Amino acid sequence: MSAFGAGGARAEETIKVGILHSLSGTMAISETTLKDAMLMLIAEQNAKGGVLGKKLEPVVVDPASNWPLFAEKARELISKDKVSAVFGCWTSVSRKSVLPVFKELDNILFYPVQYEGEESERNVFYTGAAPNQQAIPAVDYLMSEDGGGTKRWVLEGTDYVYPRTTNKILEAYLKSKGVKDEDIMINYTPFGFSDWQTEVSKIKAFGSAGKKTAVVSTVNGDANVPFYKELGNQGIKATDIPVMAFSVGEEELAGIDTKPLVGHLAAWNYFESIKTPENEEFIKKWQAFKKNPKAVTNDPMEAHYIGFNMWVKAVEKAGTADPDKVIAALPGIEQKNLTGGTATMLPNHHITKPVFIGEIEGNGQFDVVWKTDKLIPGEAWSKQLEGSKDLEADWVKLNCGNYNTKTKKCGGA
Amino acid sequence: MIRLLTLLALLLAGPALAQAPDPYAQLAGDGYAEIEAGVAGLAASGDPRAGAVLSALSDGRLLARPSDKALFMRQGAALVDAKTGAPAADDPSLKAVRTNNRVRRGIEAAQGQLNLVSPDPAKRREAADAVFKARDAAALPALDTALAREKDAGVRQAMTEARAAVVLAKSGTSEADKLAAIPAIQARGDGDAMGILRGLQADPSEGVRAAAGRGIAAIETRLALLRALQNVWYGISLGSVLLLAAIGLAITFGVMGIINMAHGEMVMLGAYTTYLVQEAIRTKAPALFPWSLAISIPCAFLVAGLVGVLIERCIIRFLYGRPLETLLATFGVSLALQQGVRSIFGPTNREVGAPAFMSGAFDLFGLSITWGRLWIIAFAFAVFLGLLFVLRKTSFGLKTRAVTQNRRMAAAMGIRTPYVDALTFGLGSGIAGIAGVALSQIDNVSPNLGQGYIIDSFLVVVFGGVGNLWGTLVAALTLGVVNKLAEPYIGAVLAKIGLLIFIILFIQKRPRGLFALKGRAVES
Repeated sequence: MSAFGAGGARAEETIKVGILHSLSGTMAISETTLKDAMLMLIAEQNAKGGVLGKKLEPVVVDPASNWPLFAEKARELISKDKVSAVFGCWTSVSRKSVLPVFKELDNILFYPVQYEGEESERNVFYTGAAPNQQAIPAVDYLMSEDGGGTKRWVLEGTDYVYPRTTNKILEAYLKSKGVKDEDIMINYTPFGFSDWQTEVSKIKAFGSAGKKTAVVSTVNGDANVPFYKELGNQGIKATDIPVMAFSVGEEELAGIDTKPLVGHLAAWNYFESIKTPENEEFIKKWQAFKKNPKAVTNDPMEAHYIGFNMWVKAVEKAGTADPDKVIAALPGIEQKNLTGGTATMLPNHHITKPVFIGEIEGNGQFDVVWKTDKLIPGEAWSKQLEGSKDLEADWVKLNCGNYNTKTKKCGGA
Repeated sequence: MIRLLTLLALLLAGPALAQAPDPYAQLAGDGYAEIEAGVAGLAASGDPRAGAVLSALSDGRLLARPSDKALFMRQGAALVDAKTGAPAADDPSLKAVRTNNRVRRGIEAAQGQLNLVSPDPAKRREAADAVFKARDAAALPALDTALAREKDAGVRQAMTEARAAVVLAKSGTSEADKLAAIPAIQARGDGDAMGILRGLQADPSEGVRAAAGRGIAAIETRLALLRALQNVWYGISLGSVLLLAAIGLAITFGVMGIINMAHGEMVMLGAYTTYLVQEAIRTKAPALFPWSLAISIPCAFLVAGLVGVLIERCIIRFLYGRPLETLLATFGVSLALQQGVRSIFGPTNREVGAPAFMSGAFDLFGLSITWGRLWIIAFAFAVFLGLLFVLRKTSFGLKTRAVTQNRRMAAAMGIRTPYVDALTFGLGSGIAGIAGVALSQIDNVSPNLGQGYIIDSFLVVVFGGVGNLWGTLVAALTLGVVNKLAEPYIGAVLAKIGLLIFIILFIQKRPRGLFALKGRAVES
């Protein structure tokens, strides 16, 4: 990747932008696309004349799906390459691993993936969904008449921090809606789990109790393909027990024959199939950039699109690419999203997003069957969890990521 | 469903017929609720075209014109008016009527009612199952008519069960009718039946509650037995996957004593070969698709085997007797192969299709058995027996065993040991490639495919006893069954941890595994 650094002879005339996504190892499946998306966005901005009259220069590093390496590479980007902002990370572990580096060296990280919330940092801007922008609306939909009036719930997840926190929030939310303990089943499986026979038959048995049942899946990455294959093989149709997924997008479906899966659901803030002029143009550009007419777009790519454009606007507003000034300029910046609305950067460093529910179609795309009326502001701290419901994040007025509204102090519970 | 009842009432009322909303107009409507009402209305209307329209809707062939809400059906290349069946001219403004789960559920229930009198017994059975699932009181008259003339015993039973389910779900059923319906549900004896009977425990009648209670007890015993059997079956199935993944390693590690960390990547290469073969077949000869896996087997064996021979000739042969260096070198090879495949095919999963004979499931005395798993079990055993035959009955097998047991003596007898080494390593790798063909059916075809199996493979080989094929078989099946028996009680994560601890303790007691064998691995 030194090819990108080689053009840096005129370093004083360019603004450097770091791209911190795994290009090898297990997470390469998801993150490589984001690296390409960033390169496309930067090239496009340069074609428009760059920012503040200077060209942007991407610096790509490969943290190789290795969490400690993320921190090392982040340090390298900031101290050695002197980047003005970094776009990167996918898993929560990798974000937590680079956090201290960004705080110490005072730089900006744009994090584009839906995550479990319970965090707000001065140096991080969360352009993916917080739980209240994905999980809660998805459950609301399943409970509604259109979604099937679900009464019994299976919360199925991979065993790590995002599913565990999300399920904790969902469990509290479901109970507040009057769902009884015996109507909630929570299951965890290891990373890369491939033998789903027992789990799926357990779901089948749980769902045959005469009440409408749905599965909320936070199953991550590679484990999804065998999960869906087993669902298809055991004949669980979406009309019987729909599966609502939070981590399955167009990319993941590319590896499966989706005909037996028609009707299973996913909740995202973006779908490739949404018809707006902005989206169609974005898809066209992306397919041209990838030189592949079948290249698909997905939700985290849109998050980077929003995040990158917000950063550009903030730099122009601040008149400098100095991270400190840009951090101050970012809250309040608006950027049209690809699905026909305007995202605003909030004081808690999260953004406003629409929520869409899509049903899987036979061609591997999603048909949007429901969407929120207006944009939902991201909540850093869940209202459902004890210990986090009193917290507030506000970097504009309070200058604090975890202000306790009860004790009136910054610094958590 | 209330909508459907009112609709039915309106229809029966005769004069009020004119006021019933036109189902065709509803189908062309906007909201899913309206479309669903249209589906139910169409099914209840007795319109002879209803079946065709509903199947067009479920296939996405039903189109509506937004300007005047007229409905059309696409039949092949032709376009016909849905209401009249008259040919119609194509119109670019036509939009497919959208379906979601709610509408699809309505279609299934409606098709169930319509297909109860279908000439095809399989269709009638499907219809009875759909009615059972929907439990829609409106289906009762159609069900009674169908039952009266049903001759096929199996379909008859399905219809009786469906009728009992509808009767029990309907409000206002008399106690006697309920008591008469319970035995049919009890006889069905599955989870759904249990759900229905559980629902009856809140019934006001003492007699019904007691009968339902007895039914639940009877079903519970049966289900407990079935669950145990099902878990054993899942265990055998997991065991067969472990066996497939480990059997190649049983040769390279077990027989030759090479710690081959690139074993998983041979499996991955086999899976990618399957993908390439399928792609070629899709573009060149689609008719051969059902045979794609059979064609892939020799291809995968050759590809992985050749790569294996190359690795042995270029790297491993310089490292014999230095296990640590071998481990590091093969680990490097494994990373290189992964990244190589990632660069060529991209990091995303590749789709490997399942031929028709490998999809779906069938019911065996209440056990649900998926075809794909059954084939993989059969395949694993076939590979195992084939390998056993090669090692025991062929001259190549004899030489391999001779070299393994006493290299110097074998060389003295005129066996070209380096040649045998290369071929044996190639054989082990080739078998791993074959395993990749099977695993492509149940797992991701991605560069990471092999990583998921390498640890498990070593576990199986070490547990079974290094150098013993039968040990590998017994170990794979034991680990599979124990894992699957534990999983429902302690969860997938703990089951895996428990298994690891068990093996560690076991190896402490018996360092040479279940079946210890003499050979180079033992001597060194």
